[in-house]
Amino acid sequence: MKDLEIWTLVAVFQEMLGWAVWPIAAFCVLAPLGLAIVLLHDRGIVAGRMLRAELLGLLGGVVAVTAMFAVTSSSPADLGGPIDWLLAIVIFAAGGIGTAIGGYVAMGLLAAPRAPAPAHIDVGRAGRAALGQGEATLP
Amino acid sequence: MFQPRAALSRRRLLAAAAALGLAPAPPALGEAPLRTRARIVIIGAGAAGLAAASRLAQRLDGAEITLIDRRREHLYQPGLTLVAAGLKDAGYVTSATRDHVASRVMLIEQAAAEIDPVGRSVTTEAGGRVSYDYLVVATGLQLDYAAIEGMDVARIGRDGLGSVYAGAEQAAATWRAMSDFADRGGTALFLRPATEMKCAGAPLKYAFLTDDVLRRRGTRGRAELVYNAHNRALFSVPIVAEKLRMLYADRGIRVNHDHVLRAIDPGRRIATFRTPQGDQELGYDFINVVPPMRAPAVVRNSPLAWRSGPFAADGWAEVDRFTLRHARFPEVFCVGDVAGVPKGKTAASVKWQVPVAVDHLVATIQGRESPARYNGYTSCPMITRIGRAMLVEFDYDDNLVPSFPGVIAPLEELWITWIIKEIGLKPTYLAMLRGRA
Repeated sequence: MKDLEIWTLVAVFQEMLGWAVWPIAAFCVLAPLGLAIVLLHDRGIVAGRMLRAELLGLLGGVVAVTAMFAVTSSSPADLGGPIDWLLAIVIFAAGGIGTAIGGYVAMGLLAAPRAPAPAHIDVGRAGRAALGQGEATLP
Repeated sequence: MFQPRAALSRRRLLAAAAALGLAPAPPALGEAPLRTRARIVIIGAGAAGLAAASRLAQRLDGAEITLIDRRREHLYQPGLTLVAAGLKDAGYVTSATRDHVASRVMLIEQAAAEIDPVGRSVTTEAGGRVSYDYLVVATGLQLDYAAIEGMDVARIGRDGLGSVYAGAEQAAATWRAMSDFADRGGTALFLRPATEMKCAGAPLKYAFLTDDVLRRRGTRGRAELVYNAHNRALFSVPIVAEKLRMLYADRGIRVNHDHVLRAIDPGRRIATFRTPQGDQELGYDFINVVPPMRAPAVVRNSPLAWRSGPFAADGWAEVDRFTLRHARFPEVFCVGDVAGVPKGKTAASVKWQVPVAVDHLVATIQGRESPARYNGYTSCPMITRIGRAMLVEFDYDDNLVPSFPGVIAPLEELWITWIIKEIGLKPTYLAMLRGRA
């Protein structure tokens, strides 16, 4: 019965989202995949890019919740019980995480043709002295 | 009521489906179609008829399935309230019937004029005779506006006259009348008929919605809202009736009990109600007329109708309430509004009834017994204002049967329930028509 249930849900979402269901499904699969590729390529998280992606994610969360209110002719004043607040948080989180991942991957892919962004680590005066150079850039 | 653990977990999975109270149907997908040359006729291409056609087409290979209905336009009736609240336009509830007809199903675009369950045939309005081995009666019901003296459907939308049920355009016209009223204030009357009716929550919702629109426009203080119940209760399920009594008191909606609309004078804006004390005239500035409802003549005047008991007067089909199989003609099943069962004139009921009836029909072809039973489940997303609703689900025994016990409280006004109604219900309904939900 599990298979049946999943296909029932798929059927409902197909009716709900129309043609958009497949791009959304593709995004849900490709975004984590893209994130994995970018992380592997960069051999870690690029801090500045992550910060920008998180800020974008905040915006995405707000847009998701606002869109839900707009589409359903409702407003924050309609939130009643705890389940409503939970739902709003889930919508915010889904929009936020999706946007953050999408943003991070997009920025990573745009940066990919160039050499991987090097990590700039200040080894300090003592380190520079030890290395016998003025500036140090460690890959 | 006891419910198997598996059923509960399935319900939790089906979040969107919960809008219609969609518990999983008897197996259809993943099961090899049954080869048969059975001739199956379905009368009515509404929610029940289309869903039955889709499921039968999925489960049978080689069967001759014929759908008979004159209406070329399909009406998504659960959306009428939203149209009448100005939240959706009339196009939201209309679509082409043909778009929902499963392949391998033949559609005859004529009305059924006569059913002969003894000779096992249906005669169409053009005189054509269609024989069957199995018959599914899904004619829906008849809105009997003519039973209200002075009622003129053509005037809906004018002179403060509204009627949400009459159709898409009439629902939109009702919104215009309600909106005009909300600008000015005055007295608004709400009511329900004394007959069985589809979606008994709809008239109650509309009173809530009118109250909300008045408040949003700042004219609530200039308006009086009166709900006229046909008996002593606001709702057939006692615990829901009590909750509604409290909510109406909170909103300042006055309730008259034992008031049944008998006549209306749209020109003078006077409605006459039959009461235990005799006729009572009530003036109004806006009224939402809900007409008496009865089985269509093709069923009412056929041997399929109840001959005695509470469902006889209006000609509802005499079926076993748990299997939807006709009591005297075992090859006939009646689903949807026309079924003479205590509850179940909603799309949610259709969702539960159709798989049960189809399973019994298929089992009969196979020569086996079906264990499927319909427990009277129905669902009513009771809108209490724009943005909030209560997910009221119950069965034949007036038990509350929440799809999400402990998560979505059935008697609590919630945004999540409104979300389900606004964006979850129609996709689930459409998936149901295709036999996929």
